Formats: sequence, C-alpha cells, structure tokens
Amino acid sequence: MAFLTLTAIAKRFGQNTVVHGFDLAVERGEFISLLGPSGCGKTTVLRMIAGFETPSAGTIMIDGRDVTYKRPAERNVGMVFQAYALFPNMNVADNIAFGMKVAKRPKAEIDARVTEMLELISLPDLAARYPYQLSGGQQQRVALARALAVKPQVLLLDEPLSALDAKIRVSLREEIRALQRELGITTIFVTHDQEEALSMSDRVVVMHQGRVEQIGTPHAIYNTPKTRFAASFVGTLNMLDAEIKDASAGLIIVEGQTLRIANGTPGAPNGSRCTVALRPEALAIGPARPGDNVLSCTIEDVQFLGAIVRVKARCGAHILSVDTFNQAGQPAWARGDQVEIHFAPEHLVVLD
Amino acid sequence: MRESRIGAWIAFGIGALYFILPLIATFEFSLRMKRGEYSFEAYRVVFADPRFQASFTYSVGQALATIFVGIALVVPTAYWVRLRAPQFRPIVEFITLLPLVIPAIVIVFGYLRIFNSSSLIPLTDTNLGTDALLMFGYVTLALPYLYRAVDTGLQAIDVRTLTESAESLGANAFTILTRVILPNIRPALLSGAFLTFAIVIGEFTFAALLNRPAFGPYLQLLGANRAYEPSALAIMAFLVTWACMGLMQLASRGLRLPTTDTR
Repeated sequence: MAFLTLTAIAKRFGQNTVVHGFDLAVERGEFISLLGPSGCGKTTVLRMIAGFETPSAGTIMIDGRDVTYKRPAERNVGMVFQAYALFPNMNVADNIAFGMKVAKRPKAEIDARVTEMLELISLPDLAARYPYQLSGGQQQRVALARALAVKPQVLLLDEPLSALDAKIRVSLREEIRALQRELGITTIFVTHDQEEALSMSDRVVVMHQGRVEQIGTPHAIYNTPKTRFAASFVGTLNMLDAEIKDASAGLIIVEGQTLRIANGTPGAPNGSRCTVALRPEALAIGPARPGDNVLSCTIEDVQFLGAIVRVKARCGAHILSVDTFNQAGQPAWARGDQVEIHFAPEHLVVLD
Repeated sequence: MRESRIGAWIAFGIGALYFILPLIATFEFSLRMKRGEYSFEAYRVVFADPRFQASFTYSVGQALATIFVGIALVVPTAYWVRLRAPQFRPIVEFITLLPLVIPAIVIVFGYLRIFNSSSLIPLTDTNLGTDALLMFGYVTLALPYLYRAVDTGLQAIDVRTLTESAESLGANAFTILTRVILPNIRPALLSGAFLTFAIVIGEFTFAALLNRPAFGPYLQLLGANRAYEPSALAIMAFLVTWACMGLMQLASRGLRLPTTDTR
C-alpha cells in the first residue's frame, strides 16, 4: 500500500466544487508535483493534506493512518509556504526550534537538531539573524529547515519558489530536490511552473478545473500527453484538426495531406474529426527521411534565438511552430519560402 | 508655492496658539500660589495630599487591570474574527464603536440597573465588586481604541500563514496566540494600552457615579474647592498623557516589524 493515499477527495465551498474525485497514491520517498494553472485546485488539495481544509468527501491516509479529520497539529506534516511565513519575532535558530519546543523536546536535543538543520541548509552562521535580515532565498531555506526539523512524515511545498527571482529559483529548486533525496522524505510540491514540475519530480499530476488530467513521469507527461489540456499546458504544442481516413491503418488527413500515426489509432470511425498534437522540436525542415510524414508549408516568420531557430510555418488554416537547432550549414529561411516539414509518425499524438 | 507655505505656517501658528496658550496660562497660574513670586508650592501641596496619592494609585491600579482584561478580551476576538469569521467583522466593529456613541452616563446607569444590590448579580454590594464593575466599565470605554489598535496590528502581519505554519508545527491555539501572534503585534498592543491608561486616569463619570475614590473625582473635588492646586493637577495630568503618547511613539517605532518582502 502506498505511503500517502488520497481516495476520492472532493472539496466544495458552498455551491462551488473546487476539487472533484481526486485520487493519488504516493510511495514513500517520492517527489510528486501538482501542476496546473491558478484556480485548478492544486493548493486546495495540498491544504487538505496539511489539514487546513477538511475534504467534503473522501479519505486521506498517511502511512496507514486515516488523517482525514485530524487537526494540522496532529498530522506530522511539514509545510513550506510561498510567503515564507517565518515568525518575525524569532531569530533563525528559534524559528527552526519552534516545532521541537512546542513538542517539549529536551534542550540539548533541540540545540543539536538546530545546528544540524542549519548545516543542512548551508546557513550555519545565520542562527542569530532575524527573518527581516535575510534575503528571500535564505528565508525560504530557513522555512524549509523549520518544517524539516520536526521530522515530518510528509513535506508539503506550496509554490515555495514563486516569490523568488529567476536565478535563486533555479538554484533553490536543485537544492530542495537534493535535500529531499538525501532525507528520502515523501514530498508534495505545488506549482504552476511546468519547468519546475518537470525538472524536480518523480511524477507530475497535471490538474485542471479541480480534476486530474494526467499523472505520470515528467517524460510521459511531456511526450505522451493524454488530454488536450495536459498537452497544451505543458510545453508548447502544435495542435492540428484532422479527419480520420483509415482508423485501422492509422491514417489521417490534415489540410488535404495524408499523415500516418504510429502510436495507436484514433478510437473513432473513419470520416470523423480528431485533434492531433506535435511538439515544435519534433519537426524538421528539409529533405524527409523514408517513412516520415511530410507537410507542405509556407514560412510566415523566422525567429533567431541563438541556439534555437523558431520558424512559424503556415499549413492551410494552421500555423505550425518548428524549433530547430541552429547549425552553420543550415539555409537561412525567409518569409514566403515554400518548405516541407517532416516528422516521424510516432511524434503524432492523438488527443482525447 | 511660497504663498501657500506662508499660509500653512499661519494656520499652524493659530492652531498652536489655540492649544498652547491656555496651557501656558494654566502653568503660569499654577506657579502663583505664593504671593509675589513663582514657586512650585501648589505642586508640593498636591503631592503632600494623601488623597492625591490614594486616588492616583487607585486609578493606576484600575488602568492596569483594565489593560490586562481588555487585551485578554480583545486580542482573541480580533484574531478569531480575522482568521475564522470575517463575516462577523462588521458586527464586531459596530459593537466596539458603541461606547463612542452611547454617553458614559447612560452606560453607567445601565450598569447600575443590572448590577445593583437587589439584582441577580449584586456587584455593587461590596467595594471589591464595585471596583470590578468600574474596571469592566473602563474596558467598555477603551474598547473602540483597543480593538482598533489590535486589529491594525493584526493587519500588518500575515495572520493566516503564521497561524497555519505554527499549526503544522504542532502548536495549539494558546501557544499560537501567546508565542506567535502577541509578540508580533506588540507595538499595537502597547499603543492600545497607553491610550487605555490615559482614558482611565482622567475618567470622571463612571467613578463618580459608582462612588469610587478614583483620580477623576478627586480632580473635580479639588477644582471645586481650591484655586491653584487644580491648575497644578491639570498640568500633571497633561504630562502623564504626553508621557503615554511619547511611549506609544517609542513603542511603535522601537520594534519595527519587517513586512514580508519578496526578494
């Protein structure tokens, strides 16, 4: 049985249902991200695990114990907030010690643990500083140490990096992930930033309008999105309207050109419509390899981004975004050029 | 630009005269107890009067008790309203404003009707009971100021997130209030406390009608019977009030709380 299990969790505020039948099983030591736009219910799910909200239906189990209706203080769950939430009247050491003092641990044990935690977050010299004397990144590391000091069974991170600048965000996310691996602590991370979710997680839960769209490894979420929302929210994507020509052979028609699908056939009768998706980086311009799909397009725009050249190409009513690596021998495309865009059949993903 | 500044100075000068002139006159008068010379004789007489010492001590005691009970009542209420019951906010604000609208004399007559010696809770039967009643009356009088001060203090900190992070670290409501919330609204508490102190020290209506030996009735008694001492007392009352205001300033400046910055 999984370490943390959420079964059929729902949350209603008055008439408004913000989480619908949410199921999730998290293994011990796993790092899970809840990813979705604001208002998708991800923070509500996290707050229900923490105990700040009570589910309208469903159960939450931690390590075989039903905590659905337990108070936050009885759950042994550590939480880090976007706004840091360090106690302004206490210095760093007292902040970290707070949970242990509340639990009435012996002083020697508290002191040892505070020193250990300060080492862990690489701020051993800042024990006597007050929160307002720290940078945002330092405050968030202290908040992390404070949450971890009480040895929680589950660590909850509510957009902990969103208030920081880009550079610190990247370095801190690597630090958090390294710490999490070192301690082997089961972690739920809420974010609206797909890059954070993809780079840090063992598995990502893509959420939309209070429902799970897809649960999978970052690799699976990115390469084989299951729903139109998951596909469009994670990464950029070209979406094409297609007509099914021959479902059993995996043939579809886009803008009058026949394409072949390698992975699965659309589960719909011939002649019906479906949507297929293509990642910009799966497309290439130039002579096709045998077996590739080919679309004839007209170049609308070329953006030179250094390592990457982003080409917008028109194919009938669709504008395709094509990302290619910049190579010295590559022809310099210009607006209005007629080109052939090709891609392997396995890159075409049929969306539900 | 230049003219408007001159205008502002004139307005300021008139305002200052309006406030300071009577004060200077009172002070000057209080020094004239001995004929033909300035002296602090009136102050000496006042300080030597055992009733001054007794009534002042009594009122200080009342003020301290009022502050303690007021804070114990107002802080949990304001905290609870902010955190869990924001829908009650207008109601609570209305109730805390009532003492400003209802005259003190009406309040005290109401108290006397409910707590007189032939009532169910005969607080006025004993001196101690009447002292308690007076103190509760002062809590009511101080409510508008104390509640607003505390509420402003709570507004300046992120009450919800601080509470939640303390909760998830295992703290109960009492620990959160005493160890996290109270220390972080200390400047607001202190300014509320000094305001309360200033109100209680000079209060007359409640103390006179409940017949308690407070400083206010003593001031009135002296004012009705003596010439120079009341002026000396008035100046001293001003000094106490100013000291309170100065302490309020110091309190709100001394502990400058950082707002959550987003670097």
